[in-house]
Amino acid sequence: MAIETTTAIAVKAAPPRRRSRKATLAWQIGVRVLMGLVTLWCISVIVFVATQAMPGDVAKIILGPSATSEQVAQMNENLGLNQPLISQYWDWLSNVLTGNMGDSLVSGQPVSELLSERIFNSATLTVIAMVLILPLSLLVGLIAAVFRDKFVDRSYLGASLVVTATPDFVLGSLVIALFGTVVFKVLPPVSLIPPGEAPWEHPRQLIMPLAVMTVVGVTYLSRLVRVSFIDVLESEYVQLATIKGLSTRRILFRHALPNALAPSIPAASIMAAYTIAGSVVIEYLFAYPGIGSALVDSVAGHDLPMIQAIIMLMATAFFCFNQLADVLGTLNKSR
Amino acid sequence: MKAVEVTGLTVTLDDGSVIANDVSFSLDTGQVMGLVGESGSGKSTVGLALLGFAKSGANITGGKVVVGGVDLLALGPKELREARKKLIGFVPQDPATALNPAMRIGTQLTEGLLGGKKENLPRIRKVLEDVGLPSDDAFLRRHPQELSGGQQQRVAIAMAVAKGPKLIVFDEPTTGLDVSTQARVLEMVAGLCCDNGMAAVFVSHDLAVVGTVGDLVTVMYAGQILETGSREEVLLSAAHPYSIALLESVPSTRQRLPLVAIPGRAPAAGAKFEGCVFADRCAFVEDRCREAAPEMVTTSTGSQARCIRVEHVLQNQKLLVKEPLHHTENKGGDRQAVLSVRNLNASYNRTQVLYDLSFDVAPGECLAVVGESGSGKTTMSRCLIGLHEEQTGDFEMDGKPLPSRLRDRPKAVKQQMQYVFQNPYGSLNPRETVATAVTVPLRHFYGERGKAARTKAQEALERVEIPWRLADRYPAELSGGQRQRVAIARALACNPSLLICDEVTSGLDVSVQASVVELLRTLQDDGLSMVFITHNLAVVRSIGDQVVVLSKGRVVESGAVESVLTDPQHPYTQGLLADTLEVDRSDAETSDLTG
Repeated sequence: MAIETTTAIAVKAAPPRRRSRKATLAWQIGVRVLMGLVTLWCISVIVFVATQAMPGDVAKIILGPSATSEQVAQMNENLGLNQPLISQYWDWLSNVLTGNMGDSLVSGQPVSELLSERIFNSATLTVIAMVLILPLSLLVGLIAAVFRDKFVDRSYLGASLVVTATPDFVLGSLVIALFGTVVFKVLPPVSLIPPGEAPWEHPRQLIMPLAVMTVVGVTYLSRLVRVSFIDVLESEYVQLATIKGLSTRRILFRHALPNALAPSIPAASIMAAYTIAGSVVIEYLFAYPGIGSALVDSVAGHDLPMIQAIIMLMATAFFCFNQLADVLGTLNKSR
Repeated sequence: MKAVEVTGLTVTLDDGSVIANDVSFSLDTGQVMGLVGESGSGKSTVGLALLGFAKSGANITGGKVVVGGVDLLALGPKELREARKKLIGFVPQDPATALNPAMRIGTQLTEGLLGGKKENLPRIRKVLEDVGLPSDDAFLRRHPQELSGGQQQRVAIAMAVAKGPKLIVFDEPTTGLDVSTQARVLEMVAGLCCDNGMAAVFVSHDLAVVGTVGDLVTVMYAGQILETGSREEVLLSAAHPYSIALLESVPSTRQRLPLVAIPGRAPAAGAKFEGCVFADRCAFVEDRCREAAPEMVTTSTGSQARCIRVEHVLQNQKLLVKEPLHHTENKGGDRQAVLSVRNLNASYNRTQVLYDLSFDVAPGECLAVVGESGSGKTTMSRCLIGLHEEQTGDFEMDGKPLPSRLRDRPKAVKQQMQYVFQNPYGSLNPRETVATAVTVPLRHFYGERGKAARTKAQEALERVEIPWRLADRYPAELSGGQRQRVAIARALACNPSLLICDEVTSGLDVSVQASVVELLRTLQDDGLSMVFITHNLAVVRSIGDQVVVLSKGRVVESGAVESVLTDPQHPYTQGLLADTLEVDRSDAETSDLTG
């Protein structure tokens, strides 16, 4: 009987993945999304409390230094600033959830109106940056892995260490000095996009911010790609492929690439999240009219609804990409 | 002309240490050579070097590998690729990691062949049928992870055979397989080589496997061939002291033999030697052995051995004939069982894996639990120690009921029952010294610290023959066998009455396994009860008093080891026993039937 049973086991395929496992996967993802929503709620509380705690009386700022105390009290009444904090928070949150993010304190226009063009500009910058970062990271990581511990790899690692250790604004200032103002003067040092025009109508303005974002992104992501490529190149299936007499090109692109890609994908979506957060510095530096520079301006102008809206927006985007990374990672692991 | 001629093959690491030294042999068409050695002996390095391949960090620095009239080592990169495509096949140790998870079986089978996919498909289908696999398109479209372990191994074999090579190198292809699957794979290998006129080199650590499949047997140690000859010459009348020692350490399913471990520790890969590489561990060593490296000599049995005292060894080894050990039956007598298990049912992710297990462990007795992979034996041992959550059943320890979950068990019970894991590389904390590892349970159970604890730890380590000077080393500085001893010492420090050993010897080399089995046997003589989980019937014979045979989560047979292994009643046990390979011995007629 032993003989029969074991042959049967040997010839029978491994059973297809059971349904319960798929169910647990859906369950895991559901739990993640729920946890993420809780995180977002926590962020909303922190954002609200932090903006309330900002120094300076909002009404005074709006009315200017010559305002009388009656005018200030009237303003506070109008803005609802004399109500308890909890109810202010509740009003704000219910407004945000229904899509009404309030009016700007500085210009009096609705926040959503002010931000829509800025969001579009920032998204354009981020998307172009990611489109550049992903293939470049793959290429750089692959080359470094193939020439592992050789001169090419060593100098790449050294250079990427320097870039990673340099703050974005230093890197950006250097690039501006080099190409925009002091040395070459070939590119515009500021990236002003006139309102109502799409960013790609001004390609020269985009080059420098994109270059900085891409360099920072590639140095980070390509190192992860390099490591996962090295793991794959040392795997037994690549060894077997070599022993089978396959060409280097086939081994790299058919055998190694698909397997090295998988662990890099979650990293890439975390990369996207960091690019969004990092855009504050880059946009401010190049005076690019995106949400990053809008945030800096709003903080300077004590424009609370704007600050709250932008931070919530960034946190949500960051959260979405992180979730995506987690889900992709889980899917990858279960495969 | 021989089909394969290897002369002076040498592989060196980047730092200059030699891991395969002056390896020479030749094979005729259709001949299979078993290349046997323990871990670190360089056998896999030689296997890969036959394809002109060395792992990163190593280089082939000398010699010739002539296959079908072509010297592979003299070829340029492009010609070498062509030669690999048509002359030599390679079957890897673990097909689960050697087949690309991202590619379909069909692509992986056809890509290494000369010519296009279309023209090769008929041949691939034929080879798949030869190895007993389906050959339809649906099968070719599958990915490796959709196949069972046995199927993956067959795919790997088909991949190597399909090109119609002159030589196939098998690198431990049956190590991860169950005995019955292994038996079938070996039969297939022998048939394929014979039918297709291929020479084969079969690398293995298992003497029984090599003895079954090989026409020739070559024994490697520390990167050198120490003995080579026909199967009969090397296995039945071994001439080199190392071959003899290796054979002495192999357990048998037929009789309970004392196992003789090889003293000392196998040299690390690339170690340097003045004279004979085995001199430090050899029972026949003389001063002149250490002076110069011995040459290969032809012995009177017909084999070739690298030993200057080989004739003396041959004449004197007859004195070493071993007496089978005899059992004292009923050690436990009518005394109360240390542990009794009734109606144990367990499941894993809501799939039931154990059905109504019931057994007793008598004091001072070793209960061996044997079964193939997937039989539920590890789940069972985790149930006993209380680590498995999804279980129902009644346990009694010394007549008192025992809660099934570890966290419900009183501290005294936890101390009474200790567990040794399969993998000593994973079960010892890499950041703790040996002494710390052994004193932690002492502190936990007895509150002992400082000097008192160290004294007790020393006693425990001495019981497992770990010298106290190793106490301040970290696990990474120890060999596998030493680590497993430390893990056992850690369990012994608790002064347990029952030791649960989960496949404690399966990751170890035979000579190291012999020393661990002998150690456990002496502990048992001191009155320790044991549950010993294994897949290896020969180890069961060596150590067990009672045996429980598990198949698919059910007990199919149980009883005294002698009666079950000598006269198995259940067809499953019979099949298991029939499939277990045995190293032929000259003294195999003796039997310990009567006990």
